Amino acid sequence: MTPVPIFLEVNGERIDTHVLPRLNLADFLREHMKLTGTHVGCEHGVCGACTVRFNGEIVRSCLILAVQAQEGSVETIEGLSDSGEIADLQAAFRDRNALQCGFCTPGMLMAAQDLLQQTPEPDRKKIREHLSGNYCRCTGYQAIIDAIETTARLRAGRAT
Amino acid sequence: MKASAFAYARPTSVPSALELLVAYGDKAKVLSGGQSLMPAMNLRLISPEFIVDIGELAELRGIVVKGDVLTVRALTRHVDVLRSPEIATHAPLLRDATSHVAHPAIRNRGTLGGSLAHADPASELPACMVALGATVIVCGPRGERRIPAQEFFTGIYETALSPQELLVAVELPVARKDSVHFFHEFARRHGDYAIVGLAAQSTIVDGQFTDLRLGFFAVGDRPLLAGAAGKLVNVAVTPEVLANASAVLGEELDPQEDQQATPAMRRHLAKVLLQRCVSTLLSRADLQSGVPAR
Repeated sequence: MTPVPIFLEVNGERIDTHVLPRLNLADFLREHMKLTGTHVGCEHGVCGACTVRFNGEIVRSCLILAVQAQEGSVETIEGLSDSGEIADLQAAFRDRNALQCGFCTPGMLMAAQDLLQQTPEPDRKKIREHLSGNYCRCTGYQAIIDAIETTARLRAGRAT
Repeated sequence: MKASAFAYARPTSVPSALELLVAYGDKAKVLSGGQSLMPAMNLRLISPEFIVDIGELAELRGIVVKGDVLTVRALTRHVDVLRSPEIATHAPLLRDATSHVAHPAIRNRGTLGGSLAHADPASELPACMVALGATVIVCGPRGERRIPAQEFFTGIYETALSPQELLVAVELPVARKDSVHFFHEFARRHGDYAIVGLAAQSTIVDGQFTDLRLGFFAVGDRPLLAGAAGKLVNVAVTPEVLANASAVLGEELDPQEDQQATPAMRRHLAKVLLQRCVSTLLSRADLQSGVPAR
């Protein structure tokens, strides 16, 4: 099996490289790009730790081949964090103790930001539903829901 | 785990995809959204030698209404179904069911065609196709075949598709103005695999069903269009009539045992769903009494 040429955008930077077809996007980001904020948990789409944005929508990077990302745009937790896009959400997670070991946190933040972009003021049921594909084994989820709810309220207040 | 090595091609037309499928036969797997195929490959449940990525086939995208027929092409993603005004108007059952398919990040990639070709017996969408009387359209080296949904699903992960064929679209009859639908599934969490589910479509005149199609899923090796519906059509539904239909349903089911439920539990839950469905569709709270546990 020979490497295949691909080009894509990662956090706004154009990347031209060669990858083996079997390489998934999560491993591409971690091992080729050294962007280790994208975590690899279950590797079959259940845990949500590898959630990234692909062409503006959240996806499981363990369930996409790097070759499928050809011509696409990938944003990882590093991109969202460095741009300041989710600074308030990260602060709310910190304030509310919405993370302990931190393994699930990049995926949680990705999913939470996706929800807040689509639904400015989600209720707790809606938050739970949107995060239902992201596992956390430390917090018991309540604090994560609190942090997202708080961020939604603060953003709504700022907008008016 | 990681997928084992494979060769990869991304054809740009249906004919070139079919050429590859003819050349590689059952050594090849079609990659659509990859939300079922990739987990299976990562777990090494399957190790195809050749992957045909159909993601670039623009001709397999889109939702079209023409006359009484709603055509949903194979690469339509679950999120596209949820956002489509055509689906909301003409196949609201499919929209309701799709909201139960996995989680947002999966729905952004997974496709209708992929889900149907995968034919997981616990999946919502095959049951919708059976309940809605869909026609599955497949293309192969000898041209197009049109397969009724009920004949398309043949077993656990098994369909009437041959390794040389590609599922290109489904056609659904546009929902009649007077039709009503019901969808419910029992699952441990929202988005998990259903323990038992029901997708139903009906027409009602003067408080009686004139048509009722009950598509059960996760109750056997394929979606079941329940014959028990026949006991409920063109009759005044009383608790006795419903109990009789429920007994007939119990005979029809052949549920599997797995870590989620025993066959007896699945049979019981299917009867609960039947009762909820009938009482909801007919707006008859008096039919809501308990299901005998037998």
